[in-house]
Amino acid sequence: MKILFFGITRDIVGETMVDARDLKEIGTVGELRDLLNAKYPRLKDLSSLNFAINEELAEDSEAISVNDEIALIPPVSGG
Amino acid sequence: MERIIELVEDLDPGKVYDELSHPGSGAICVFFGAVREATKKRKVSHLFFEAYENMALKEMNRIADEVAEKWDLKKVIIKHAVGNKKVQEPVVIVGASSAHRDSSFEACRYLIDTLKEKVPIWKKEFFDDDEVWVSAHP
Repeated sequence: MKILFFGITRDIVGETMVDARDLKEIGTVGELRDLLNAKYPRLKDLSSLNFAINEELAEDSEAISVNDEIALIPPVSGG
Repeated sequence: MERIIELVEDLDPGKVYDELSHPGSGAICVFFGAVREATKKRKVSHLFFEAYENMALKEMNRIADEVAEKWDLKKVIIKHAVGNKKVQEPVVIVGASSAHRDSSFEACRYLIDTLKEKVPIWKKEFFDDDEVWVSAHP
């Protein structure tokens, strides 16, 4: 799975993209959220943090597959 | 309804009339978003915009679908800038053209409000001594 970081999440994690094929034990968005929050506690300070699977917003209960593109979506601020 | 949807480094505000003009349109309504010189009395040096490009284009197309459903429009434009933008530079252009003005006024408002709420684009404000991702923290 590929994980993309945008906006403030890129600054917090220090990466634009992580190829996380070794994260096979991650089954859902919620599990990935918990893992990232534990590794990067500053993510928990954000106003909100959504996840997208293959360019569509996903609930925490949604399953992640090995070939998915996951993106961290902090509060958007375009315009 | 025709649509023009783009993420670009440089927006050309002078082109928008031609882009929205249509023989069936008696009304064209456009909104420009621009870089303001200050936020809460702090002087802004410039803004930086980044987008999750594929998802942003998908969401922009979805918004165009929604306005096509709600109003009778001939053309719609949704363009957003990425990269560094200086004070007074345009950062977003949305607009619509329609036979009569009510539809394009209402659609234009919907376009910018929905873009700001849903499209995965992020803005960082640069001050002389600080930089802040807008809306990131409560």
